[in-house]
Amino acid sequence: MKKLIRKTGLILGAAALTLGAYTAQAADTIKVGVLHSLSGTMAISETTLKDTVLMMVDEQNKKGGLLGKKLEAVVVDPASNWPLFAEKTKELIEQKDVDVIFGCWTSVSRKSVLPVIEELNGLLFYPVQYEGEESSKNVFYTGAAPNQQAIPAVDYLMEEEGVERWVLEGTDYVYPQTTNKILKSYLLSKGVKEKDISINYTPFGHADWSTRVSEIKAFGSAGKKTAVVSTVNGDANVPFYKELGNQGVTAEDIPVVAFSVGEEELSGFDTAPLVGHLAAWNYFQSAESEANDEFIAKWKKFIGDDKRVTNDPMEATYIGFTAWTKAVEKAGTTDVDKVRSAMYGIKVPNLTGGIAEVLPNHHFTKPVLIGEIQEDGQFDIVSQTKEVPGDAWTDFLPESAKLVSDWQNPKIACGNYNTATKTCGGETEEAE
Amino acid sequence: MNKCIKFVLCLCLGVVTALGHASQFEETVFSLSEGSYSQKAKVIEALADIQDERVLPVLKALIEPGFGVFLDETTSQLLIVEKKNDALIASNVISGGDVVVTEETPLKKVKVNNRLRRLARAKIAVIQLQSPDSSVRYESAKNLSKKPDKNLRDVIAEAHIAEKTSKVKRTLALALAFIDIHSSDQTLRFNAVEVLGTSVEPKAVGVLTRLAEKNDQGEYLDDDPIVAELAEKKLKSVQSKVSFFKFSENALYGISLGSILLLAAIGLAITFGVMGVINMAHGEMIMLGAYTTFFIQLLFPSLVDWSLLIAIPTAFLVSGCAGVLIERLVIRHLYGRPLDTLLATFGISLILQQAVRTYRSNNVPVVTPDWLSGFWSANGAMSITYNRIYILIFSLIVLAMLALILKKTMMGLQMRAVTQNRPMANSMGIRSGWVDALTFGLGSGIAGIAGVALSQITNVGPNMGQAYIIDSFMVVVFGGVGNLLGTFFGAMSLGLANKFLEPYSGAVVGKIIVLVFIILFIQWRPRGLFALKGRFVDD
Repeated sequence: MKKLIRKTGLILGAAALTLGAYTAQAADTIKVGVLHSLSGTMAISETTLKDTVLMMVDEQNKKGGLLGKKLEAVVVDPASNWPLFAEKTKELIEQKDVDVIFGCWTSVSRKSVLPVIEELNGLLFYPVQYEGEESSKNVFYTGAAPNQQAIPAVDYLMEEEGVERWVLEGTDYVYPQTTNKILKSYLLSKGVKEKDISINYTPFGHADWSTRVSEIKAFGSAGKKTAVVSTVNGDANVPFYKELGNQGVTAEDIPVVAFSVGEEELSGFDTAPLVGHLAAWNYFQSAESEANDEFIAKWKKFIGDDKRVTNDPMEATYIGFTAWTKAVEKAGTTDVDKVRSAMYGIKVPNLTGGIAEVLPNHHFTKPVLIGEIQEDGQFDIVSQTKEVPGDAWTDFLPESAKLVSDWQNPKIACGNYNTATKTCGGETEEAE
Repeated sequence: MNKCIKFVLCLCLGVVTALGHASQFEETVFSLSEGSYSQKAKVIEALADIQDERVLPVLKALIEPGFGVFLDETTSQLLIVEKKNDALIASNVISGGDVVVTEETPLKKVKVNNRLRRLARAKIAVIQLQSPDSSVRYESAKNLSKKPDKNLRDVIAEAHIAEKTSKVKRTLALALAFIDIHSSDQTLRFNAVEVLGTSVEPKAVGVLTRLAEKNDQGEYLDDDPIVAELAEKKLKSVQSKVSFFKFSENALYGISLGSILLLAAIGLAITFGVMGVINMAHGEMIMLGAYTTFFIQLLFPSLVDWSLLIAIPTAFLVSGCAGVLIERLVIRHLYGRPLDTLLATFGISLILQQAVRTYRSNNVPVVTPDWLSGFWSANGAMSITYNRIYILIFSLIVLAMLALILKKTMMGLQMRAVTQNRPMANSMGIRSGWVDALTFGLGSGIAGIAGVALSQITNVGPNMGQAYIIDSFMVVVFGGVGNLLGTFFGAMSLGLANKFLEPYSGAVVGKIIVLVFIILFIQWRPRGLFALKGRFVDD
């Protein structure tokens, strides 16, 4: 026991020392908080984003930093534990004194951070496609809103593949449920019949897809072209695609368009049976642009692995980071309120050869790309739209259609302004 | 080298042009390498109309996995390239001659999308309808029935009359029926309904269902009430057959899920069931086995077909050794303190997960060998994938082997002796410490074997163990702790229950119902399905 106490003392002492060293150098740097899980289930996806932020910080420092100061990344590990995300946010802002936070992946982690970041008036850049229905003063959503991913993907399938029957397959949590609700009402508005839409949810990490795939096969043989819109998340994807491949459901018969499968996920797949299935993102590694080539080369060098791939949330992180640095330069300070007002209207080049503009609703303009999976684990881009402005509140749900978000216009300055009653909604309407 | 190739190429070209015919093919095929997808579609249409034996290989290379049509940008020749075990085998599209290409050759792939793939497949189907090989003709017939094209009616009808093999003939008849059902001729439609009524193919049933549809007034939506009435009659008789097959299929899936649960749980039946150690790191032993498969495939890329067979003993050794290590280093100090064991093994599980995650945070791709891909189909309404069949057989073999080891070998005897009465076994000269280590190693090793099998149906990543640990405990507790037969029946009943609930309640609610049921069941029979009886039980 005594030994243990001595040990603890030693560790505490060491910790105090590091802390001391840390505060000493803190004064003349701008601190960038990184709030991505480095352990637990989400580490698979989030570690990459932590590395991306570190690379961007490194890059910026090579250019001479920001406002004459060096940038310093403060990395914490919320360990895929949703309440811990809120605690770590508090720690980053109150104790570590960071000026901006890049972080979160799942919607539930963002929802957990939301009250803290609003109370402490911090600044969060959220880099992942999500279900929309939210616009916080303190969060910039650099990933896609549903109108920048789900709806254009469905449009593509309708126009190019002539799809008339739809399976909306998702994992049972907030993002798929909200997205599917929006998609269903969109499809109905396009004249698709109720009986031609099948919505189904499976639990997290669902591994036995035999029955579902067999049902999809049966649903798809009604004589109308059928497609699957998949919001299946994370680890459940591999067994899903494996079962599809093994049961002989090819992309030519029933294409699957996925919103959560990117290059990073594909590197864990045996892609041969998946060729032709689709994904919709705002970025693919195969996009042809100079900025992209440069980014990929930098990434491979930074991570020291020639086989590592880039993906959409990385591009979103890249866009968010560059937009933030520009806003800081424009504002001449890292003060959250000033940076926030400087953000609106800022234009930064994206990696697909276009421009991302920061909108007053804290979303960005983004092109929508549809890619077909190739054997080498990359996507072949079969369709690319012009930049689409991100819409915080979808137009396809009656209760959201009347809401707008505008943080720039001083008369509104609200994330959920009701255009019918001309009032600010007060509390944010939670996505069900 | 390049110059040499060019020379050969020119020579070939020269020879071909000198022959004078089929220059149309050369002109057409070259335009594959440029233009939009819709332009390429026109090229494919045009190619398919040319009578030339070089058309088929090009179309096939466009769609088949492992193949591709490439444009060599230095020599601007079109090549068919096959990637086989990391080596590139190329041949010239026009001359058919072999061409040497390396990774450095600037090759530009002729990209195709789903629409082009569908088109090419349909065109190939038409060409191959004349193939002497009946399995190729069967494949063609199946592809032709996918998308009815009335322009192909005469071709299919001709092939249908000429066809001798009954399986192909039936499929062609179906393909014909799919086309005829849209014709305006009543007799043709009548015959088509008759043909469709004999099949349980989901597509045929779908067509009949649509024909038999009625509006609110009870009138048929179809223009021809006589055909619609026949369709409704046929549909009724088919539907009972279809629902029977669907029921059997679901039972098969249930047994398959049961066999997967069984495999995952057998190891735990030893470490938890026989030894009484609450081993939270059991899932990670499965994970180690799955990663072993990955490494075997990484080390011997040319032996992919055999990789699983090599991986089985290797995974047993890897996980088994890890198990022995864990037992010797940690668990043996904690016997008789179940809570401490639980915490310690949970810690080990986290350590192992994070260790794997530091190696590679992503899932790793494990290739499915050809003999495990695809599915077995009794008829259109009932099919099951090969990997599930193999896993079912495999899990039964593992169970039988384990039962043999426990019942018939010296080691098994000692294991049972130690777990039943440790002091007595000790005084009989059994080194109970080593028996403990070996038993734990055996359980872990079997978990490793399970990992090899599971790598074929699910993802291999740091979290994979977590997905199976709860299910495994459920199976062992439900079946009866310390009883292999109980584990077997536990796994099978859970698998079947899950699968029969899924179509009605959805997978999410189904899982909840099963869990609630088990909790209630355990209240009623705390020792599970097959309770051990005897004096040692209460220890």
